[in-house]
Amino acid sequence: MKLTFSIQGSDFTHAGYPSSEVKKVLKQLDIDGKTIKKIVIALYEAEVNVVAHAWKGTATIEIEENKISMLLEDEGPGIPDIDLAMQAGYSTASKEVRDMGFGAGMGLPNMKKNSDELIIESEVGKGTKVKMVNYF
Amino acid sequence: MKLIEIASVLNAKVTCGADKLDGEIEMGYSSDLMSDVLTLDTSNLILITGLVNLQCIRTAEMADIKAIVFVRNKKATEQMIELACENGMCILESPYSLFKSSGLLYQAGLTPIY
Repeated sequence: MKLTFSIQGSDFTHAGYPSSEVKKVLKQLDIDGKTIKKIVIALYEAEVNVVAHAWKGTATIEIEENKISMLLEDEGPGIPDIDLAMQAGYSTASKEVRDMGFGAGMGLPNMKKNSDELIIESEVGKGTKVKMVNYF
Repeated sequence: MKLIEIASVLNAKVTCGADKLDGEIEMGYSSDLMSDVLTLDTSNLILITGLVNLQCIRTAEMADIKAIVFVRNKKATEQMIELACENGMCILESPYSLFKSSGLLYQAGLTPIY
């Protein structure tokens, strides 16, 4: 099963909708609750990152028998130093993002914690690709 | 602790999930930072917060948190209440500060996560 969502930069009203839809599907598939929580938290963090930093993006979710692959591709400023961005507490988020309760530099480490595989590719001035895989 | 007792201790108004007040809550977590909430492994907890926006409800949804109390007399918007109800959550609104709300609930027996 494949699901595709578009994500608009700075649109905090709709952030979380894709994660919410994925959660509903996984529940219907009778996946264990703890596994679902890890998946949707990782996806939600990734979504918030696109909304917070990029101009626009897409989330492509593929659910197979034993795994879920989540690909988030955005057009945005990119990440100049991925290792630095992975450090807990490092953040370039704006005041608006922080006012929403995010932007504390914990998103990427939390995505790593909650996914089984995480690959980040980024090009400065163009955008970022985040791929996460979780096994059931 | 039952949600109905939590509502009573906090002098709180129930804006969503009045049918869930018999539910038992074990732990409490006070935070205005949703990033912190998203790192918790526990789920049977009530989130005590003064941050009132849609992402607060979304965060609770992803983290399997079934109850939220908004403190400092903050009011949830209609959109927030709608989303919370859709997800089977209980929403309380208390006139007390975050510090006072947390203190009263701790005293009443709600346990901290860490």
